[in-house]
Amino acid sequence: MSGLVISELNISHGAIRAVNDLSFTVKPGELAAVIGSNGAGKTTLLRTLSGLKSAHSGSVEWNGQSILRKKPEDLVRSGIVHVSDGKSVIPELTVKENLALGGIWRKDKKDVALATAEAIELFPRLGERMQQSADTLSGGERQMLAIGRALIARPKLLLLDEPSLGLAPLVIDQIFQAIKALRDRHNLTVVLVEQNAMGALRIADIGIIINLGKLVASGPAHELIDNPSLRAAYLGY
Amino acid sequence: MERLFNTILIGVSGGSIYSLMALALVLVWRSTRVVNFAQAGQAILSTYIGYEVITHTDNYWLAFPIALVAGALTGALIDILMVRTLMKRAHSGPVAGIAPVIATLGLLGLIRAIVGMIWGGDLRQFKLPVSNHGFTFGHNTIPFAPINLLIVVTTVVVMLIFSVIFQRTNLGLSLRASAYQPEIARLAGIRVDLTRTIGWAFAGAAGAVAGMLVTPTNYLSPNSLDLLLVSGFVAAVIGGLESLVGAAVGGLILGISLALVLEYISSSLAFPVAFVVLIAVLLVKPSGLIGAKRTRHA
Amino acid sequence: MRNFLGHSSRRLKAAIAFPLIGLALFLLSNRVDELRVYQGANVAVFVVAIISIILLTGYSGQISLGHGALMAVGAYAAVLSQIYWHLPVILTFFVAVLAAAGFGAILGSAAGRLTGPYLAGTTLALAVGLPSLANQFGFLGGEQGLNYDVGLPPAWLGADFTQYKWFFWISGLAALIITWLSFNLLGSHYGRNWRALRSNPTAAALMGIHVGRSKVLAFTVSSGLAGLAGALLAMTISLVTPSAFPTSLSFSIVTGAVLAGVTLLTGSIVGAVVLVAIPEITGALATHLGGSEKVTSNLPGLLTSVLLIVAVLLFPNGPQAIMKRTRKSSQ
Repeated sequence: MSGLVISELNISHGAIRAVNDLSFTVKPGELAAVIGSNGAGKTTLLRTLSGLKSAHSGSVEWNGQSILRKKPEDLVRSGIVHVSDGKSVIPELTVKENLALGGIWRKDKKDVALATAEAIELFPRLGERMQQSADTLSGGERQMLAIGRALIARPKLLLLDEPSLGLAPLVIDQIFQAIKALRDRHNLTVVLVEQNAMGALRIADIGIIINLGKLVASGPAHELIDNPSLRAAYLGY
Repeated sequence: MERLFNTILIGVSGGSIYSLMALALVLVWRSTRVVNFAQAGQAILSTYIGYEVITHTDNYWLAFPIALVAGALTGALIDILMVRTLMKRAHSGPVAGIAPVIATLGLLGLIRAIVGMIWGGDLRQFKLPVSNHGFTFGHNTIPFAPINLLIVVTTVVVMLIFSVIFQRTNLGLSLRASAYQPEIARLAGIRVDLTRTIGWAFAGAAGAVAGMLVTPTNYLSPNSLDLLLVSGFVAAVIGGLESLVGAAVGGLILGISLALVLEYISSSLAFPVAFVVLIAVLLVKPSGLIGAKRTRHA
Repeated sequence: MRNFLGHSSRRLKAAIAFPLIGLALFLLSNRVDELRVYQGANVAVFVVAIISIILLTGYSGQISLGHGALMAVGAYAAVLSQIYWHLPVILTFFVAVLAAAGFGAILGSAAGRLTGPYLAGTTLALAVGLPSLANQFGFLGGEQGLNYDVGLPPAWLGADFTQYKWFFWISGLAALIITWLSFNLLGSHYGRNWRALRSNPTAAALMGIHVGRSKVLAFTVSSGLAGLAGALLAMTISLVTPSAFPTSLSFSIVTGAVLAGVTLLTGSIVGAVVLVAIPEITGALATHLGGSEKVTSNLPGLLTSVLLIVAVLLFPNGPQAIMKRTRKSSQ
């Protein structure tokens, strides 16, 4: 089966079961929003998908192949790219170097140049700050840089961990629109982990709501938005 | 005034070698977060290999690159055989925090024992590659000799090569990224295990160069580089332990201050002075004199 | 209440056990030959030295690669107090403890602010440089060193009571006393503070433990013990020289502590026996294999290093982790 298929996934965090019997599917080209409060297990889930953390049991397949027990760097090279939360840039390097990092391992240097140009076109602010140290960037700019770097790897599955964290509402909107535009343009499959339920579900095709590591609800994003009981309990608006 | 100038020149020559050893320690520290005490062993092994080449071919200039390659290979091997396992296994418990340091210590003992088994404990000497008689200007001979010039020039060349690699190449970018933020580097697709091995190889090469440069004006024995390890550590700490430029500057600061103390105060004070400098730097400016921004933890 | 009882019964057990162990050891010393007695004395010396590392590393979480140098401080202090002040032997041991503890307190107040690599490097510098200082000051006797004489065994022990047996009795008694004191120290609130410190310094600070002071105290106590071990070591060779305290001595003690499990006081005896057995094993090996002098003289170093590396690679989380596992599976 193609797309991202997660079934009966269990992930332990020390003695704590951070993700509990979680199953859901994201079809190719879909934008899935994984919603849950702090400590719901969202970040743990994403770290497992990108190979940073190992699962306790269960399976995760991408286009029919198991991706558990693979190294993050290998997953990146096969098109699964994880943008971890807010701090995903290397402050000691310049913006240019941070971007370059995304394509170092790629053989097709022409396409790296093209992808870099596309990333700068999507986020013109990066282009203006190429020679600056990433340390000097604002929170929103760092997020743009992190996503930009991910794009240079030409991802097929993009994993985004709370891109809205700590950003001003206007910037959040900008980032979300960019994510949606990317999906539309490159036919990416996107897993977007968010606490900002409303913002994420508005751009998402499907929504997955988890709480304390367990699946609470899943379905088309607009249906979740309209569901009054979910609204009150989990979506917080 | 002339005496001062001459002393500083000698200090620069000695400090160059400290810089190289500091560089070797900093390279490993950045990639592995461990001060590699086995560096003294790796350097001595490479130097003995260089010594073998010299005894057989009578050619220092051939021995030099061979020792350098031997140093790089030893470094890479240590990373692959020992450090990799250690990084995977050590995570908790009373020993975990000190396990890497202890392992490098064991390695130092191991290499030293092997070197002792092959070459024995006798003091040996290199044939000088260039003269150690001071340069003469008119009828004025200064202590700074061609051998010192060789040391300084080689160090400068090595430092330049490293700075070009680190600042201008993709490999250097990978090395820096893996050193600063290994996890983010992995998520960008960089094989951090491999860059760490390369870091160890570079460090091994730098240590070998230090050994090959210091030995002609000294003698060679299984533990003749121990003091150099300590000086290199002090230099690295002065430079902030994180920074390559810091290692270079730290070595020079230590070299010049030691030369001044030896010339003007007493020749028996070399070690106490180095030790006091170390403690003073650690107490007064623990982040090193050369502005390393990051805090010193772990 | 149960805690209190448990604690006091443990004390009671220790109060009975230690004299019994002592008695057994002393009886044993009459049964074995001179070499074994001498090795027994060395084991006792290493027990004290290893305990000094266990207190420091296993409990307060600090590392020292320079305890060999602290042993040298103790030994030189002891011998100097004998030569210049003509102190009785027993008092020279106290001088050794005090001098090394004082030195350790100064070092520790610098070291208490250092973490990981800095502490390791600084103490290593000490191990490499300090003993060689003796060559540069005349009153320290240079390479030949100074004679340190604890005197003949007292006459009432009988004519066939040998010098080595006397060494063994002194160092054995010292080791027993130190082990017992350390048990009590670790059971006290100092010991609890150190443990809290090791597992999480930040949490310890929040609990109101004075982190800096606690670390310095651990370093001081540990240094004092190292000083005693140094004086005892000097006693067994009747001499204090720089070459009795090489860098490899510092490494050996750390090896012993790692083999002992770093947190197990009772493990110190295992570590010490291994350290003393290594030269004998390699000696036997060398005569068996008939290698050259180069090989034989380096075999002990080789074996110690290999043991250290293997111990760290196989049990990076301490041998206790393995023991816990086997205990669980046997239940």
